[in-house]
Amino acid sequence: MKKHQTIKTLFWQGNEACAEAAITAGCRFFAGYPITPASEIAEHLAKRLPQVGGIAIQMEDELASIGAVVGASWTGTKAMTATSGPGFDLMQETIGWAFMTETPCVIVDVQRLGPSTGQATKCGQGDVMQARWGTHGDYAAIVLSPNSVQEMFELTIRAFNLSEKYRTPVILLADEIVAHMIERIIVPSLKSIEIIDRRKPKPSEKAFFGSEEVPPMPSVGEGFNVAVTGSTHNEYGIRFTADSTVHRQLVERLNNKILGHSAELVDVETYNIDDCRIGIVSFGCTSRAIYEAVENAETKGIKVGYIRLKTIWPFPERVVKQLAETANKIIVPEMNLRQIFYEVQRITSDSVEVISLNKIGGGELITPEELFEKIQESDKT
Amino acid sequence: MSEFLRATYELGHENLSKFVFCSGIGCSSWIPSPHFMADSVHTLHGRSIPVATGIKLLRPDLNVVVFGGDGDIVGIGLSHFIHAARRNVDILVIMVNNMVYGMTGGQVAPTTPLKAKTTTTPYGSFEYPLDAAKLAVTAGACYVARWTTAHPKELKESIKNAIELKGFRFIEAVSQCPTAFGRRVGFKGAGEMLKWFKENTIQISQTEGLSEENLMEKIIVGNFIRRQRATLIETVYSTIEEAKKEIEEN
Repeated sequence: MKKHQTIKTLFWQGNEACAEAAITAGCRFFAGYPITPASEIAEHLAKRLPQVGGIAIQMEDELASIGAVVGASWTGTKAMTATSGPGFDLMQETIGWAFMTETPCVIVDVQRLGPSTGQATKCGQGDVMQARWGTHGDYAAIVLSPNSVQEMFELTIRAFNLSEKYRTPVILLADEIVAHMIERIIVPSLKSIEIIDRRKPKPSEKAFFGSEEVPPMPSVGEGFNVAVTGSTHNEYGIRFTADSTVHRQLVERLNNKILGHSAELVDVETYNIDDCRIGIVSFGCTSRAIYEAVENAETKGIKVGYIRLKTIWPFPERVVKQLAETANKIIVPEMNLRQIFYEVQRITSDSVEVISLNKIGGGELITPEELFEKIQESDKT
Repeated sequence: MSEFLRATYELGHENLSKFVFCSGIGCSSWIPSPHFMADSVHTLHGRSIPVATGIKLLRPDLNVVVFGGDGDIVGIGLSHFIHAARRNVDILVIMVNNMVYGMTGGQVAPTTPLKAKTTTTPYGSFEYPLDAAKLAVTAGACYVARWTTAHPKELKESIKNAIELKGFRFIEAVSQCPTAFGRRVGFKGAGEMLKWFKENTIQISQTEGLSEENLMEKIIVGNFIRRQRATLIETVYSTIEEAKKEIEEN
């Protein structure tokens, strides 16, 4: 598209930025089912994808949507779906299948307020643990968390790149506020954006499911006679549904290819983490309150450092430990009942007091004032 | 399995390089994967049709064939089956109907005849079975046929027809599961079941005027429908052309 050839400053909605970023990343297939607050992604792609020769289709449910996405990916096409909590529930089985078959694809979960139908149009951040542990069995997830329209764009591209590089599903864990707000975005020139494509096998290669940490991925219809299965399989895709060694090797490799690369996968914004009394660990829409709260605290002479998680999973353990060495206390503000809080507590092994500041219901945000008050209160006690 | 391979061979396909096979979970899902020398995608229970849809949309040049059982296609995956027929996606679905959940030990299926004993209906099934072929016709399929394993020649001819046609095509192959079904309803073995198939089938052309009650005990076989409708591949790709043209004009 001509209009994206040069750097442009635009005024976009978060979901629109996500959809445009998908196209920029090379996504040419979208399948989804309507759900608030993610539907704008489907609507935007339904208009835009055919213009670039791609396909956007509304399926009968979320099971079919992600199924079609995985099928599309095996034709060599970058593919995505977008949903929210209830639909994300339905997709979990296929996410496990995509993980087991090493199928690159991007799943956008625009979080809303659960459990169940909860408050369907209101913002929540309650899918943090679901994004990590939603499907059954031992697996590892890559989960990214944008906190602005700009990051809806940037992290969608990163989600595709990581998905292609590691041959695994990647989850973009957005939330209603970030997805629905409209703000300024700077879209860089196409040339300056790094786009990663999956590694294709050479004609002589046959091991598409092992022998290398991230094996090359053929497409169907290329003459490779590829056997794709979610059952335990060896490097050639042949099923071994009882052999303990084959299972262990496969599942450990699939986990290690993600967890063993957390240094590259972790992406955080940090501030003063080596020189602070109070630390903050935050993510998504909630993290938008940090800046003003920290500024107010500094004018009161309280040194505050923060970590903003742009990658939630694998969890940025090293940098959180680093913060715990300096800070006396760590505050975890989040719009759920302590999902990141417990993770911070686990990693810091009680070496520091971890304080929860949480809020659920009505889509009400944690305000900079509330965070500032918590900082002051924590600094006193 | 062998009838499918014979059909492709007779159509002049020397190998299966132009085919992609999708299957779900169940006894019949093991037909293409890993036994065929071809690309095979072994999906989740009930989800083979959406996966096949995704593949076909992006590789219209390939013959996408789904193998599944009755539990897979019209049990857990029924919604996808109806919608695939409705949107007329260009795939061939071959459903091997053994009237039972065989792999898990013989539980009642949506296709189990009324009063038939299974492990989860020890007093006989208290539900009416689903007629998948009739449903496919109603939902919009372009080609629908049903045969039993006692009709190998007819089955092969239907497969040949279906491969050559466009749109959503559905073939139901009623098959015996002597282990998990036949012995519980009183058959001594596979041979006896085949004999029963032969004696209890009725050609669809001969069903006119017969009451539902008369047909209850029968397996209706034959070609249920053959028609032309715009297929999903045709409508999707014409939409892409229109969208491209619109953007060029602006």
